[in-house]
Amino acid sequence: MNGLRNFVDKIKPTFEKGGKLGFLHSTFDAFETFLFVPNTVTRKGAHVRDCVDLKRVMIMVVLALVPAMLFGIWNTGYQHSLAFGLEWGFWDIVLYGLVKVLPLYVVSYLVGLGIEFVSAQIQGHEVNEGYLVSGMLIPLIVPVDVPLWMLAIAVAFAVIIGKEVFGGTGMNIWNPALLTRAFLFFSYPSKMSGETVWTGGVDRFINEGVAYQAGNGLVDGFSGATPLADPTFANLQPKLWDMIVGTIPGSVGETSVIAILLGAILLIWTGVASWKIMVSSVLGGLAIGYLGYAVGATDLPGYYQLVMGGFLFGTVFMATDPVTSAQTECGKWIYGFLVGALAVTVRLWNPGYPEGMMLAILLMNTFAPLIDHYVIEGSIKRRAKKVKIA
Amino acid sequence: MSNNIYLKKGLDLPINGVAAQNTKKVIVPDVVAIKPTDFRGLVPKLLVREGDKVLAGTPVLADKMSQNILFASPVSGTVAEVVRGEKRKLLEVRIKADAEQEYVDFGTKKVADMSAEQIKEALLAAGLWPALTQRPYGIIANPEVKPKAIFVSAFNTAPLAANPEYALRDEFEHIQTAVNALGKLTDGGVHFSLNSATYSGTPFHKIENVIPHVFTGKHPAGNVGVQIHHISPIRKGETVWTVSLLMLAAIGKLFNTGKYDLRRKIAVTGPKAINPAYVEGYPGIAVKDVAEFFNAAEDLRFVSGDVLTGTNIGKDGYLGFFDNQITILEEGNKYELLGWAKPVRCSQFSASRTYFSWLTPKKKYDMDTNLHGGPRAFVVNDVYGKVLPMDIYPVYLLKACLANDIDKMEKFGIYEVLEEDLALCEYVDPSKIYIQQIITDGIALMLKEMC
Repeated sequence: MNGLRNFVDKIKPTFEKGGKLGFLHSTFDAFETFLFVPNTVTRKGAHVRDCVDLKRVMIMVVLALVPAMLFGIWNTGYQHSLAFGLEWGFWDIVLYGLVKVLPLYVVSYLVGLGIEFVSAQIQGHEVNEGYLVSGMLIPLIVPVDVPLWMLAIAVAFAVIIGKEVFGGTGMNIWNPALLTRAFLFFSYPSKMSGETVWTGGVDRFINEGVAYQAGNGLVDGFSGATPLADPTFANLQPKLWDMIVGTIPGSVGETSVIAILLGAILLIWTGVASWKIMVSSVLGGLAIGYLGYAVGATDLPGYYQLVMGGFLFGTVFMATDPVTSAQTECGKWIYGFLVGALAVTVRLWNPGYPEGMMLAILLMNTFAPLIDHYVIEGSIKRRAKKVKIA
Repeated sequence: MSNNIYLKKGLDLPINGVAAQNTKKVIVPDVVAIKPTDFRGLVPKLLVREGDKVLAGTPVLADKMSQNILFASPVSGTVAEVVRGEKRKLLEVRIKADAEQEYVDFGTKKVADMSAEQIKEALLAAGLWPALTQRPYGIIANPEVKPKAIFVSAFNTAPLAANPEYALRDEFEHIQTAVNALGKLTDGGVHFSLNSATYSGTPFHKIENVIPHVFTGKHPAGNVGVQIHHISPIRKGETVWTVSLLMLAAIGKLFNTGKYDLRRKIAVTGPKAINPAYVEGYPGIAVKDVAEFFNAAEDLRFVSGDVLTGTNIGKDGYLGFFDNQITILEEGNKYELLGWAKPVRCSQFSASRTYFSWLTPKKKYDMDTNLHGGPRAFVVNDVYGKVLPMDIYPVYLLKACLANDIDKMEKFGIYEVLEEDLALCEYVDPSKIYIQQIITDGIALMLKEMC
């Protein structure tokens, strides 16, 4: 341990201002603080500080995403084996999943963190931890077959235009991961919707006739449709359990209710994400889901809306982003409810978009400051009315 | 008990080094310092020169803006040194104390027969006026103004704070006298807040001529600012005064004995204090007067006051005017390998559940001064409100201060807070922002623009 510290101390001057590699100062600092909690002491104000820092907070979210990621890797392979009628064992399935999902992670982190490091260096900041979470989220909310160059462009757009121009982590208006997805969704719709994009290898097989395991073809009656393609009771009722376990086509990490709930438990337990937003978003989704059921917009009972598509993933991991969500406690209830309600509204009444979660969250990100504004105005008025005792 | 105000939010820091309730020694002061920096915004005027003889109670400084506000020497002796900093800013007046203390005789007075004017004059003349703090802004009270009310917190929830029942147990009569006197300076009465946990054990619930209040809750429930917020919030244009029990005792002594007598029991506390206990001394005593409480070979920080709001005075420093606590901490200038990534970090406390210290609620910690991270922007925006039992949105207030937006600062509650009220927000902050400094700058801006 001391040897490592001595080594870091030895190479440190090279990276400091005036050193040979001074232009990599922020990068060095990021790696050093990753390895060692710095020896900085408090200069003013409180002399002692809580041992929690943003790295710890962010790593909790990353950990919470691990079940969804692992399941997503397995499910990617599993869906592929179903589509091509392959008799794969567990490790074959996982291997295929890794082959498809790991490159998404490599691109997401290389591009995103690369931009973060460069902009930290330009602005003279320390590198922010925010992208650790965004980078973890992005591969989980895209179709597994999205071309890597598209992903790279989308990540660059989201990090530069969505975050760095506003001043970096903490200043952004929209969730960077969702912005990546929105960029892909509107720029390359053919890769982001339809029935063939959700299962690894299918799109390529149909267009180019090339399969992962040469010689195999799609099974008869293959349908790569997600539940959202045909959300009718007759279609989905037999699949309900699959939708909860997650053995259905969809974006990499969004399919398994169980894996997402494991993450939600960790986030609520550690207090990192707001349970109020999660609960109110679920309530909002249920309310509109049952309203649609009552007026005949759908024949699905409201709770189906929670287990389909990206609803739960968005509720747990995206709507609760502390930077872009509402920040007042009362505002969180309103914000969360509207996220859930809008998402299901889009699903039920907008024929153009089968899924509404991404749009609902981005829209409510935009309006979160407005909600907070009215909550705070109300609080100020209430305070002004307080009776004088003295 | 009068009606009880419950405060759910807050945090009692589990830090080692509470002072045992015995007085280890009576300090015979060698050199004491009077520090104008103990008072916000004070522009001091020096009234003595090096070599002058002073008694306890002889004015040493005056407020340049209102020259009837005097600051007196706590001991008798000779002015040894006037210490100035950058731009000749007056930092300290050091006085070499005599072996035998002599006091200026201000004459005993019967408070019951005095008018408000006479009380004011007595306090101003004896150099005890600066004991009264004005809210908003936490500056020395303006003698020309009649405050809406006067507020006293009779308990202290700050980490390792001196226990008033022990430190002030002989001062009951003096405190009563002071309350009677100050009650004449306002029509709103003297509001006196007690802690429900110690209510029956404290003699102070027997203080008369006050409007009593009872609070239940963790720190900062003992902060007078938090109490005012729940009793009668300060609105624009209003002025209230606050005064501590310690200062009430000194004010009472002035009327009862005719002396400017700031002797007090001082708690020497902190994880690096050896056998922490009380000593008897004066404001302005030197850290080296309590040398037996620490190991000088270690890299230590000496704080006048508590770990959240106190002043770093260094090993050559002097106790502040308002303080009766010295906290001794280890400087945390060490690296910690993969600290943030360790699943458990047993030796360190976190109020956040991302660590496991919440499983051991009784455990106390040897906290040091490490920042435990690097400075970031506000990200986790809901941690601050959980330790601030006020109807105030701390992040919005802080951002208004950062933006120098006076209208918004007013709206978000700058009149109601001082640094100490947001000290816990700073403690729990994962973004490691210097929150108290932001408030200090905000208040400085308000003072510049509004006064």
